[in-house]
Amino acid sequence: MTKLLLPPEPAAQPTSTSRRSFLRYSGATMAVGGLLLAGCDDDSENGNNRIDVGSGDPGILNYAYALEQLEAAFYAAVKGGAYYTGAPASEKQIFDDLALHEQIHADFFKTALGNGAIKALEPDFSTINFGDKNSVLTAAQAFEDLGVAAYNGAGRFITAPGYLAVAGKIVSVEARHAALIRDLRSYNSFVDNDVVDLFTPSGNASTPGVGNGTGLERSKRPAEVVETANQFLKEGSKISANSFK
Amino acid sequence: MDLFKLIKEIEQVDPEIYDRLDSRRRVFKHFGMAGKAVTAAVLPGLVSGLFQRAYGQGTALPADIVAVLNLALSLEYLEFYFYDSGLKAPNLIPTADRPAFEKIRNDESGHIKILKQTLGSLAIAEPARSAFDYSGGRNPTPLVGDTAVGNGPFRTVFTAYPIFLGVSQSFVDTGIRAYKGGAPVLMPNKDVLEAALNIHSVEARHSSHVRTIRRGITNVANPTAPMNAQPKSWVSLQDNGGPSPDTNPSTRPVYGAGNPASSSDPLALVFPAEDNVTHLGVAIPGNATAASEAFDEPLDPTSVKNIARNFVVVTSGLFPA
Repeated sequence: MTKLLLPPEPAAQPTSTSRRSFLRYSGATMAVGGLLLAGCDDDSENGNNRIDVGSGDPGILNYAYALEQLEAAFYAAVKGGAYYTGAPASEKQIFDDLALHEQIHADFFKTALGNGAIKALEPDFSTINFGDKNSVLTAAQAFEDLGVAAYNGAGRFITAPGYLAVAGKIVSVEARHAALIRDLRSYNSFVDNDVVDLFTPSGNASTPGVGNGTGLERSKRPAEVVETANQFLKEGSKISANSFK
Repeated sequence: MDLFKLIKEIEQVDPEIYDRLDSRRRVFKHFGMAGKAVTAAVLPGLVSGLFQRAYGQGTALPADIVAVLNLALSLEYLEFYFYDSGLKAPNLIPTADRPAFEKIRNDESGHIKILKQTLGSLAIAEPARSAFDYSGGRNPTPLVGDTAVGNGPFRTVFTAYPIFLGVSQSFVDTGIRAYKGGAPVLMPNKDVLEAALNIHSVEARHSSHVRTIRRGITNVANPTAPMNAQPKSWVSLQDNGGPSPDTNPSTRPVYGAGNPASSSDPLALVFPAEDNVTHLGVAIPGNATAASEAFDEPLDPTSVKNIARNFVVVTSGLFPA
């Protein structure tokens, strides 16, 4: 895999403060080759029969592509289900938009990755009841919140500013989705402590910055995200992100 | 990677490194990691945090990162006092919506806490409520009182809920674009970057909710309704210029193009309007409205400041050109 891409710098080996490792630890970005020349184009599976997203920036883009595929497949299934068919127009409008957005995201990554894209993943939504509103909204919230946490936790692994910018363009849309789905389930739950480290003023609430908590989203690292995502992917379509720890 | 060896080598460059690190052993206590295995995987974050502590909060940050964080902090103050004033205004926010705006106000307070901690002594001086004119009138002098406003077009902001919501949407959407524009500058410091991303998405959650309120959550499906008053929870094309396109100040720049708006280099950092449908040189085919909604756009610092400056009193010095 990633035959055309330089191997990732091994995380454990450097033993001297070479200029190279110093740059890495000081966070300086490295030059990145053309995206279309790089990536994971043979869908190699690792020991756990998982599809690894690869390494470097193409790996992160494939990681995003995998999650967007999952979301796109989910909303396509929602639109084919009994809940959607019987839903009021207001809710249909929301799911129509969500389905379009996620399919656009998935198609975008597929095009951008070109030959470096991982294969089309087969979802497993057997635990979701597409005839039941609560089941659909619960799953939608899980996917959207996961997407936000995943993009935020992956930003640190991106080396090319242009790719970080694209991730930023998408993650805020995922957050808009997540907040709306949460509000549909429980009004005013657009931020809550499960996804945001809520801030509680310790004194006068009108004095800024004094209290407990941070108001920060609870970002998640790829290793945690893939475990959740894999619950909704069939054997042979489960993913790993072994280069991003 | 041997952390102690790294420190020893830094010693050759900076003989005072050990004064900065109180002792080798306590280094790990700083991180709450005493007794835990330090694996290679956690080292980069550990080392960057270590340097931040050793060299004092903020003082080791490069100037461009400081500029991004101070602009973010300024925007957080703008938002914090806006929501705090709204919550203090009598008969403005309906009971059902107060929990939402308390959450938003408190989130902004948390963001201020984190940004101040990161910037340390390099943070801007904390402005008072009197530094802001939420009427959009740029009052020449400080405004005394929790809900005092100048004579701008949004002077009913703390008495008319729809105006409050429209100004709120403009602030949050500006904030989202500002963080998005600033994020690439933060890339050399991964922990600062991740914190900023974790603020950015929370601002987007806020925007979604404020838009949902504006639309009326029970009256979602009217795709022909004007986006100005009944926005979707995401930005659609340029949202028809936003909540108040024809006032001065106008909300059009919140959704319009920044500078530079385009480049021949697909990886270049550009600031197109919200109706942009081309990313990394890939033009999204098909439905342009949906394509525009699927991606938010960043905004450059100058354009952000030009928007925000309309809501501070002239003498405040906030959002300098």
